[in-house]
Amino acid sequence: MSSGSELPADAAQGYLRVEQSPEFKDLRSRFRRFVFPMTAVFLIWYFAYVLLGAYAHDFMAHKLFGNITVGLVLGLLQFVSTFAITMIYVRWANRVFDPAAEKLAASVGLTEHEGGEQR
Amino acid sequence: MNALAAAESTKVGNSTVNILIFAAFVLVTLAIVIRASRNNSTAADYYAGGRAFTGRQNGIAISGDYLSAASFLGIAGAIAVNGYDGFLYSIGFLVAWLVALLLVAELLRNTGRFTMADVLSFRLRQRPVRTAAAVSTLAVSFFYLLAQMAGAGGLVALLLGIDGKAAQSVVIAVVGVIMVFYVLVGGMKGTTWVQIVKAALLIVGAAAMTVWVLGKYGMNMSDLLQGAVDNSKSGTDVLGPGLQYGKDSTTKLDFVSLGLALVLGTAGLPHVLMRFYTVPSAKEARNSVVWAIWLIGIFYLFTLVLGYGAAALVGPDKILAAPGKVNSAAPLLAYELGGEVLLGVISAVAFATILAVVAGLTITASASFAHDIYANVIKKGTVDSAGEVRVARITALVIGVIAIVGGIFANGQNVAFLVALAFAIAASANLPTILYSLFWRRFNTRGALWSMYGGLGCALILIIFSPVVSGKVDKAGKATSMITDTSIDFHWFPLDNPGIVSIPVGFFLGWLGTVTSKEKSDDAKFAEMEVRSLTGAGAEKAVEH
Repeated sequence: MSSGSELPADAAQGYLRVEQSPEFKDLRSRFRRFVFPMTAVFLIWYFAYVLLGAYAHDFMAHKLFGNITVGLVLGLLQFVSTFAITMIYVRWANRVFDPAAEKLAASVGLTEHEGGEQR
Repeated sequence: MNALAAAESTKVGNSTVNILIFAAFVLVTLAIVIRASRNNSTAADYYAGGRAFTGRQNGIAISGDYLSAASFLGIAGAIAVNGYDGFLYSIGFLVAWLVALLLVAELLRNTGRFTMADVLSFRLRQRPVRTAAAVSTLAVSFFYLLAQMAGAGGLVALLLGIDGKAAQSVVIAVVGVIMVFYVLVGGMKGTTWVQIVKAALLIVGAAAMTVWVLGKYGMNMSDLLQGAVDNSKSGTDVLGPGLQYGKDSTTKLDFVSLGLALVLGTAGLPHVLMRFYTVPSAKEARNSVVWAIWLIGIFYLFTLVLGYGAAALVGPDKILAAPGKVNSAAPLLAYELGGEVLLGVISAVAFATILAVVAGLTITASASFAHDIYANVIKKGTVDSAGEVRVARITALVIGVIAIVGGIFANGQNVAFLVALAFAIAASANLPTILYSLFWRRFNTRGALWSMYGGLGCALILIIFSPVVSGKVDKAGKATSMITDTSIDFHWFPLDNPGIVSIPVGFFLGWLGTVTSKEKSDDAKFAEMEVRSLTGAGAEKAVEH
């Protein structure tokens, strides 16, 4: 069992040592500085849209051109923002986060600690 | 007028064509499942497809899992009948994936093995936390499963012209038997391939119909909307929100509650979480979600066109008069556009959808029972992987029987609340616990138990005492609750969806349980979890065959 059972003492020390290292703290704060604000942004934008949909009917039903209403455009913008945040995140993760995480894992020799399936 | 005749008869199209296309789908998928089952010896093979799927394959399978009959037939129908309000659903279902992408998928893949409970119990006391996580998993899967099985009865009634309750029960039993076969023989590998085939058929079919509908209006969305406006009693109101949820302040609040449950529920759905273990690495888990977001997003854009297209070309009155009511919008539109053959194809896709989703739920529930309850709580981790898989197979069989019996019992009932309930439980019981255990060092066993049992209990109680179970009547005085006897009314909670109360309660109880417990968090395990979740060190690898 990789989860649940006690780790050998040296492995547990290894994880603790890595967690306390400035490199890991830097990686963690980089991750949180990216995903937490991004999460706040899309949740606020989504709830603003839901509240407009629930309480601002006239505004949402206002026609911009032809039969295209404000609500339709805002709804489609939710799709656009979801796709955009996805692309921004993947770009950041592939270019910034993954190399840093791999470098850290390799430098502390944790890559082949346990892992793999017991067959 | 073909469509008029179709709406007036009890069935649409040609049952023989529909049955032939269904049978072809079942045969093809059975062949795939049997082929995929050759390497199904270990628990990692059976539960996680050997972790050998690529991000793209898994992403397609996730969209197959997620685009259930409710989101294909349900959303298209809701837009056709209620206009813009139907569109609002699809946005909640889509945006929810950002929670999974940013906060859950990769960290979960790096820390767990097979189930949600692996992550939740990682640094907490194993047995109580695993038990709670399994209870919540089984509850969510059961409600979701029951809704799909009951939906199968109604759908088949529409498509095959089977009206009698007994004949519909036979159909539900057949769905159950095929599903159990997929899961027993194919395991996660077979189930995943069924989902991939189904997702491809669904998306290609919807794309073709979308282009066809837009083509009829010279590729002009505004003209299509005009068609929907002309055909609706509500006129231009179909273009803005409010037709379904705008009646009074209670329904408006209900809509906000639903929006909350949708956006926070997806990342706590056990059958979605389990799919992240079928890929070899966190990076592939990320790619899975990216593929899923694109496919699901594009599909919901298609449903926008299909819904308004059904309103314009078929008309809300004809849709509501058809046997499947709101759910028949997409099949009726297919019939209007491409006659019997297109109807048969779209019907087969809808049928395939139910089969695939039900199979995914069954494997999740059986894994949760075998891996969490049997192997880790009862046997305390001393059982080998073959023994665990044997128990998982037996559990799948039992779940199949429960699903068939439950589906027959629930056939014809108002079961929409079951899916809403599944999302509300996932958002109130699972998501707070997952987020706390990944991000909050102090979180401890009592916090996990309180947030899971508290969120689950709160959602369940509020649903039982809500208008969906008793006491709701429509304008004509006809009961629209699950209990159709209007003299029985024990509801006191005003909203259909409990999310706006139960989700904060789940988060609050997780915090309260943690700060009132003297249990100290295990620093070494938290360090291991943090380092593993972010760097992928020590994560489970793919099985080499």
